[in-house]
Amino acid sequence: MKAYLPIAVAVALFAAVPFLTASNVVLNFLVMALLIALAGQGWNLLGGYGGQYSFGHAAFFGTGAYVTAILQVRYGVNAWLGLVIGVAAGALVGAAIGALSFRSGLKGSYFSLVTLAFAEVLRITASVAPITGAGVGTLIKLDLRPEAFQFQSRAPFYWIALGLVGASLIVVRAIERSRFGAYLVAVRENENAAKALGVDVFMVKLGAMTISAAITAAAGCFYAQYFLFLDAAIAYGPWISIDALLAPIVGGAGMLFGPLIGALVIKTLGEATKLVTGGAPGLDLVIYGVVLVAVVGLAPRGIAGLLSGWTPRQFRPGSSADQNHG
Amino acid sequence: MVEALLRIENISKRFGGLRAVDEVSFDVMPGRITALIGPNGAGKTTLFSIVSGFLRPDDGRIIYGGIDVTGEPPHRLARRGIARTFQIVQPFAGLTVRENIAVGCHLSRRHRADALAAAGDIARAIDLGAQLERPAAALTVAGRKRLELARALAIGPKLLLLDEVLAGLNPSEIRDIVPAIRDIARRGVTILMVEHVMQAVMSLAAHVFVLAEGRIIAEGSPQQVAADRRVIEAYLGHGAASRMTAGAGHG
Repeated sequence: MKAYLPIAVAVALFAAVPFLTASNVVLNFLVMALLIALAGQGWNLLGGYGGQYSFGHAAFFGTGAYVTAILQVRYGVNAWLGLVIGVAAGALVGAAIGALSFRSGLKGSYFSLVTLAFAEVLRITASVAPITGAGVGTLIKLDLRPEAFQFQSRAPFYWIALGLVGASLIVVRAIERSRFGAYLVAVRENENAAKALGVDVFMVKLGAMTISAAITAAAGCFYAQYFLFLDAAIAYGPWISIDALLAPIVGGAGMLFGPLIGALVIKTLGEATKLVTGGAPGLDLVIYGVVLVAVVGLAPRGIAGLLSGWTPRQFRPGSSADQNHG
Repeated sequence: MVEALLRIENISKRFGGLRAVDEVSFDVMPGRITALIGPNGAGKTTLFSIVSGFLRPDDGRIIYGGIDVTGEPPHRLARRGIARTFQIVQPFAGLTVRENIAVGCHLSRRHRADALAAAGDIARAIDLGAQLERPAAALTVAGRKRLELARALAIGPKLLLLDEVLAGLNPSEIRDIVPAIRDIARRGVTILMVEHVMQAVMSLAAHVFVLAEGRIIAEGSPQQVAADRRVIEAYLGHGAASRMTAGAGHG
């Protein structure tokens, strides 16, 4: 249980915030950060632990969001049930994209580009398909009852987002401590060596992608309930693919708290940029770019890596790792 | 008559116009060390990759323990008990020595704690005990070779394929690691080794096959093979054997 203590502490600290401030600005900011942390934790499982860098996690986020919204608006399904089905649908899309790309042996940047392509195909499809409301978008009816997953104040939303992040932390920690987790990291480090040790690389990648997609889809479902409006650019747009990979990379890819730390940092930077520049469009993206370059160049294991004081880089000089890979 | 653990039947592999392995057949008998030697480019590593499932042969069959396993993927062969090391070491560089070995231990152990504990035992047996918590990237060349060996042992193999585990080591490091290999064989693991270091082949192997230009050209005990004219010619060029005997006559 000791391994789960940091999660309990972090969740408890965050849970106390609404008792300290009633400011909607603060809570709104934190809800967005938690949303990115959740979507980022999905990316982190596949990208950080598994080394499969997806540029298209919007595919899962958008699927979760749309399934939740459309089930309510068109079929009168309860929102909570919609959340569950949305997560399942996201997982299914993840499994399908994963099966197609991993079966074809796509690796590295080829895999990244294919995931980007899938997300774009879904975005374009959603922008014309009648079921998503095409260009008009989908509006979820206001129904401020907890049974309908809608609340008068921000605090319950905040706690639910926190609960989802907490659940994702527990899932990823459990994977870290399992055989599947060991195999996943082995696949990231060296596929051939993993195969020679009996690891079914395809199944491991597929499993990671499915769980990863489910986690990011949960963020999409939450988004739909929180904002009650979706269009193709929101649900399947590149913004969420970028945030979902930026947060874990800045915070520490392949580390449990990486996405949460990274999400808080990039959201803070984003808001600060808006304050300074008066919301000039796109400038937050410029700042993100600078941060990303700085992190990759100076702290490849992210902020969490710096905090834990160990980077593999320290060990490289004088070793023959680089010669052997040549 | 003891049944062969591994039977290689008429295996061929072409890369474009090059016949890397050309209708090679041989048996690996259980419980002993068999060596596969040959000059550079003879097809040894290609043959290894075929036996361990990383390459599919164009022709022929691989019979392991009486079962046709031709074309099975590497992870399934590993589960059947075939382990391999890589000529160019392939550590999980970002992981510790213990974590590296534990990946192999997981094959028969579900729980993380069990696998990590078993990894410790294997590391100590192969003289890596002091390095357990160090990152694999920090090991010396000799340490990495030992890690390759330890990781292969971690899956509890019946057949161990060693692809030049001694290459790149200095004589004193070779002296240290040869007994470890002999120990593994003594514990009942059948070993097929590709090796360039002849001194080690002579002292370890019970039976040697010589591969040249994709074909088996000689076999026998290490002493027989070392004296074989065809083997000398394969290594030193045509006519080398007769020049050597002529040279010896004049001297």
